[in-house]
Amino acid sequence: MSFWRQLTHGLRVLTNRTAADGDLAEEVQDYLDQTTAAFEAKGLRAEEARRAARREIGNAILVREQVRASGWENVVETLLADLRYAARQLRNNPGFAATAILILGLGIGATTAIFSAVNPILFKPLPYPRSDRIMMIFEQRDGGERLPSFGTYEGLSERSRSFEAMAAMKPWQPAIVGIGEPELFEGQRVSAGYFRVLGVLPALGRDFQSADDQYNGPNVVILSDRLWRRRFSGDPQIIGRQITLENSSSQLAVNSSFTVIGVMPAGFENVLAPLAELWAPLQYNPSLPPDSREWGHHLRMVARLHSGVSKEQAASELDAILPAFGKAHAKGFESAGGIPAGVIVTSLHDHVASNVKPALLAILGAVVLVLLIASVNVTNLLLARGAQRRGEFAVRAALGAGQRRLMRQLITESLLLAVLGGTLGIVVAKLGVRVLVALSPPGLPRVAAIRVDSAVLIFALAITTCIGLLVGLVPAIHASRNDPHSGLQQSSRRSIGAHQGVRRSLVVSEVALALVLLVSAGLLLRSLDRLFSIDPGFDASHILTMQVQESGNRYARDDARARLFEQALESMRHLPGIASAAFVSQLPLSGDYEVYGIEFEAYSGQAEAAFRYAVSPDYFKAMRIPLRRGRLLDEGDRAGAPVAVLISESLAKSKFHDRDPIGQRVRMGPNMGHADKPWATIVGVVEDVKQLSLGVNEAEAFYTTPAQWAWVDNAQSVVVRTVGDAASLAAPVRNAIWSVDKDLPVVRVATMENLLAQTEAQRRFALIIFEAFALVALVLAATGIYGVLSGSVTERMREIGVRAALGATRESIVALVVRQGMTLTAFGMAIGLLGAAAASQGIVAMLFGVSPLDPVTYIAVIAMLGSVSLLACGVPAWRAARVDPAITLRAE
Amino acid sequence: MDETNTDVIQGTLDMLILKTLSLEPMHGFGIARRVEQISRGVFKVNPGSLLTALQRLERAGWLDSEWRQTENSRRAKFYALTRAGKKQLEVETADWTRRSSAIARVLKAEG
Repeated sequence: MSFWRQLTHGLRVLTNRTAADGDLAEEVQDYLDQTTAAFEAKGLRAEEARRAARREIGNAILVREQVRASGWENVVETLLADLRYAARQLRNNPGFAATAILILGLGIGATTAIFSAVNPILFKPLPYPRSDRIMMIFEQRDGGERLPSFGTYEGLSERSRSFEAMAAMKPWQPAIVGIGEPELFEGQRVSAGYFRVLGVLPALGRDFQSADDQYNGPNVVILSDRLWRRRFSGDPQIIGRQITLENSSSQLAVNSSFTVIGVMPAGFENVLAPLAELWAPLQYNPSLPPDSREWGHHLRMVARLHSGVSKEQAASELDAILPAFGKAHAKGFESAGGIPAGVIVTSLHDHVASNVKPALLAILGAVVLVLLIASVNVTNLLLARGAQRRGEFAVRAALGAGQRRLMRQLITESLLLAVLGGTLGIVVAKLGVRVLVALSPPGLPRVAAIRVDSAVLIFALAITTCIGLLVGLVPAIHASRNDPHSGLQQSSRRSIGAHQGVRRSLVVSEVALALVLLVSAGLLLRSLDRLFSIDPGFDASHILTMQVQESGNRYARDDARARLFEQALESMRHLPGIASAAFVSQLPLSGDYEVYGIEFEAYSGQAEAAFRYAVSPDYFKAMRIPLRRGRLLDEGDRAGAPVAVLISESLAKSKFHDRDPIGQRVRMGPNMGHADKPWATIVGVVEDVKQLSLGVNEAEAFYTTPAQWAWVDNAQSVVVRTVGDAASLAAPVRNAIWSVDKDLPVVRVATMENLLAQTEAQRRFALIIFEAFALVALVLAATGIYGVLSGSVTERMREIGVRAALGATRESIVALVVRQGMTLTAFGMAIGLLGAAAASQGIVAMLFGVSPLDPVTYIAVIAMLGSVSLLACGVPAWRAARVDPAITLRAE
Repeated sequence: MDETNTDVIQGTLDMLILKTLSLEPMHGFGIARRVEQISRGVFKVNPGSLLTALQRLERAGWLDSEWRQTENSRRAKFYALTRAGKKQLEVETADWTRRSSAIARVLKAEG
């Protein structure tokens, strides 16, 4: 009730101030009249009565002011007046206003954009119910995380009691055929519990059941909402419909007609495979035959903990299960490289964020530095403005404005600036988010969730307010300390010294912050340099690659499939501009990862896990992988001939040290541990090749021809060495493949150089951002130095004039100004060096082959920052040197 | 000028206004005069404080106001007690009585 009255009364006054004031004036006047009348009634004469009444009541205006000031609306009114005044101030100084708003807008915008990218990845929980219970499970081998095989998954999921649901998954790239153009989709093969683990059920139809996930079970598929709307125009009758899929990732021929059983909800975000649009059951063989794909390490495993079970408890339970299960399936595990040492359980959120966390945190740190520099710069601008407005403040103070009133005015002004800057910042952030997503490395998780949402807006508002207060505070305290007396004397320059002191220390801090950013950017740059100078083991120039995904159903038999790939090679060889061409089962640096076991006759029973490559003989020629010993594979290594194997130098060294491995015998993959299977013979040693990334040293590998491996892979990559530009041959090569079979899906077309660059996409992403930020910091710091020096030159005009009149040379005056500027720079750099040494520890995870205290980087940055600030000193110095002593002295 | 303190005791102005208006609706000057008369000149009400208090009490919902003709046909702003105002007066009177008698007891004990 009373609140309502407060509000309505206050609003009435606010909206109609004249009427309210009139009312009040009338009431006060009436009071005065009645008092007068009362005095008259006592017998005083009219004139006397009026005087007596005035005496009793006091100043009518003061009475009115007293009543006016008591309502809450008065505070609002003052604020509005302050705002109007502030707006007028900015309008009258458009140059200053635009500069400050631009700097703040860029600073706030950059920070907000980065925050909107970092927030969903690092801070927000994943978009699943109780997402903290979702765990990833890995095999532990050689001290690291390795993908589990289906055998491991089956063993653990059958025996473990710690989890509500468990699932294994692998990528799947089926093509939808039969309706319009064949189109290749990203999908996943998952075990039945997959959606239960995530806690999201289909919006339409049903989830997978264990009956769906049977060996040779029914072909059922669940669609994403997007695919359902795009390809099937959101048909509500879709459940039960048959669609035809060409399944490309199974080695077995499968019926290509799939029944749609469900459609996922529109908001479903699949962080484990963000691009996946359809899901089918895994349908592996639970009897785990030892020489089958069930033992390949190509599955990912995810599980949901029972409530009350901790990650550690679950891990130790799984660790306990493993040995007994391993004994029961010794053969299977042998073909998979042995029983893993244990399991590693990490939360899905950590798993999703882990790869990008160091980069994101570093970028977040960098943007905070940029924001700080921007704020310092604007504070400096405000201080300079404050110096020009000293007269104005002095007049206001002299007219009775209190210190607090003046401070409030200044803070209002800086808040207004910040809000305008923040508004611009949100626009900048919206654009920035788009740029970020476009630039983002391919592995960046939750890209779909990166947007300017309410959390981001609140964040922007919060930093805007903080900055408004922060940048306004120093100038406000400054202005309120000014002595109005000296301010009124326009020529007075007495308080300049202290004032310049604050501005100088701000410039010092700007230089220091800029140095921190420059050093970080420099260290990243050097790291990338180091990485790209690493020899990948092959010659990446002039290589074109693409993947051919032969669909399982038409070339069901290995020999038919082998012939298909041979014919494709043949048709490519006749193209002009091609030096050599080959197929490989997994392409280095492409994200492919396939490891199989290999056992050596000389060390019987000991299994080793290594990258397995099935390559056509020209592969080494096309990739220019040097041969170290023995011979390369050739056409003679065909089906039926004794199996020939090449091994990598690392594998040779780890097994045979200095002895000659040529002629040693091995069994690989599905043949391991089978005494009835023939031994294969090592015929040569080739140089190590980087498979995962340039920075990862994992190079134990073996090579066979496809004809001599247990099966012919249905997804193989083409490697073409071209004479000229690699990219320009993409179309002819693809057409050559299609000339053999026009329905073969061809994907992942890229030059090897592109792939090489992609492997370091994350570091490169961080580097681009750091470079941009460092550049901004450098420019802002230089502007800061320039601003302070030119201000100081203007203020010291007279002193400089006197010096010149007394015979100071131009050189000595230039030196005077430059010395002043470079002293600031030197101080800033000294502080910045300490900051950089500390900050570089934060980006250690992103550095490669470079110490965080790398002297080359530090020296280069100091030289660069020094020369830029010298440049910034140059203009004011030049101006000082041109001071005409006659003019300055006459002006006195 | 005589040196006797005629200020209204702090915190009691609201109560005095409410009490005065409980007799009949009145304008500002009338309230001031009535307080002065009934207190036999012990309290003099300052118009600035009075009008501020009236605005506050009105916003609190204890008073209503309207412009009316006075007996000598002038326009004046009349204040009247609302129902909530009556209740407030009772509360404040009870509170005041309790506290003033307590003060009286303390003073007597000392005397």
